[in-house]
Amino acid sequence: MKEKAKILDKDGIARAITRIAHEIVEKNKGTQGLCLVGIRNRGVYLAQRLASCIKNIEGTEVVTGALDITLYRDDLALASGVPVVRKTEIDFDINDKNLVLVDDVLYTGRTIRAALDALIDFGRPKSIQLAVLIDRGHRELPIRADYAGKNIPTSQDEAVEVRLQETEGVDEVVIIEKN
Amino acid sequence: MNWVRKDLLGLEELSKEELELILSTAESFKEVSTREIKKVPALRGKTVVNLFYEPSTRTRVSFEVAAKRLSADVINIATETSSVKKGETLIDTGRNIEALKADIIVIRHNFSGAAIMLARHVNVSVVNAGDGWHEHPTQALLDIFTLKEKLGKIEGLQVSIVGDIAHSRVARSNIWGLTKLGAKLTVCAPKMLIPPGIEKMGVNLTNDIDEALKNADAVNVLRMQFERDGETAFPKQLEYFKEFGITKERLKQAKKDIIVMHPGPVNRGIEMSSGVADGENSVILEQVTNGIAVRMAVLFLVAQANEKIKNENTD
Repeated sequence: MKEKAKILDKDGIARAITRIAHEIVEKNKGTQGLCLVGIRNRGVYLAQRLASCIKNIEGTEVVTGALDITLYRDDLALASGVPVVRKTEIDFDINDKNLVLVDDVLYTGRTIRAALDALIDFGRPKSIQLAVLIDRGHRELPIRADYAGKNIPTSQDEAVEVRLQETEGVDEVVIIEKN
Repeated sequence: MNWVRKDLLGLEELSKEELELILSTAESFKEVSTREIKKVPALRGKTVVNLFYEPSTRTRVSFEVAAKRLSADVINIATETSSVKKGETLIDTGRNIEALKADIIVIRHNFSGAAIMLARHVNVSVVNAGDGWHEHPTQALLDIFTLKEKLGKIEGLQVSIVGDIAHSRVARSNIWGLTKLGAKLTVCAPKMLIPPGIEKMGVNLTNDIDEALKNADAVNVLRMQFERDGETAFPKQLEYFKEFGITKERLKQAKKDIIVMHPGPVNRGIEMSSGVADGENSVILEQVTNGIAVRMAVLFLVAQANEKIKNENTD
């Protein structure tokens, strides 16, 4: 495991979030009926950062929730070890909302597939959009991001690690070479 | 902390970390039952068999609801109407259920150690839903979960268990679980109903209900089974209520927000008065709700661990 390159630093992450926040507001023509749902773990913090950026832009609060997709995974049997199930906290009605799903890295698309199944158990949003900090390619399902902080072509021998202040104590995105 | 056990047989064998993992997993599962669609696909395609050698409604229904909220298929076998009546042994029954390609057997049995024996002879997961006087791990887990939810922690809590300690698997599992998590326990019962050597489990003993209530953060009141005593039951019930029954009057001497628990079904006017059972200190119905979350967590963890074991064996 060797760190190959730092793709984003603290300022880079902050700029990407600011830009995505602007794009979300633009596309949804404001914040009416808008809500953000972060996928555990880091998506939750990114969703909160987006919400505070949107508040700076529009002056309105956007509700945020947290989604744990463990119970909806299609690879439960393949995972090494028993996965940790964390809390889903969506304390608002998602029916008829424009819901922006937030995650750190978009890769195969399987996490997002699981998240869509989970969300649909909560209601019927008017639309579901996807915001990710990093899109690294290699999709295995027909899923794409509506908002991406950065597109990074990667090899499957590499891992992309998003580190956030809230979880790792530092804001950065690095590419790691496996083996 | 990684869960590696294919079975849940008792709390005696679990570490503090394993107990905490079940509790935190249950916390996540609790939310599922608050949704409009109360179901997640985690055990889709898995089959859970409830094998009950003793009559039980609440535990069986709780396991059934838990399994269904995980999208598992559930089959209930009550042994009064099965081949067990024709003399089939427990192990044969277990192997037959395994041959049906079931994934989890939830067993309730009147013999202590039945779940352990079954688990040794089958590769499917076994969850103990109460074996004789030995253990009833999921009941204790839901009691502990409820306590933790109400009081924020288990470490340092004073918990009293009142009632028939000698014949209670609920008491034994609670004692194992709570002491491992750092609670201080007092058991309170008539002398006849305290098993010899119970002090070795690290608990205080008393025959005085007021003493048991005095400094307790919570009291877990066990069910008395006087119905087995036939015509002498009634005077015994009156006497028990007078000596050990929890009443509003008695609770006045206790901490104001003492938590009153009962595994159900409550014998009103024997173990506690109706006023207490329905009063502000009672969490009896919350225990029922929490039982679903705890059993979902247990079914999920053992199923996942067994899946890993099977994958390792085929690699």
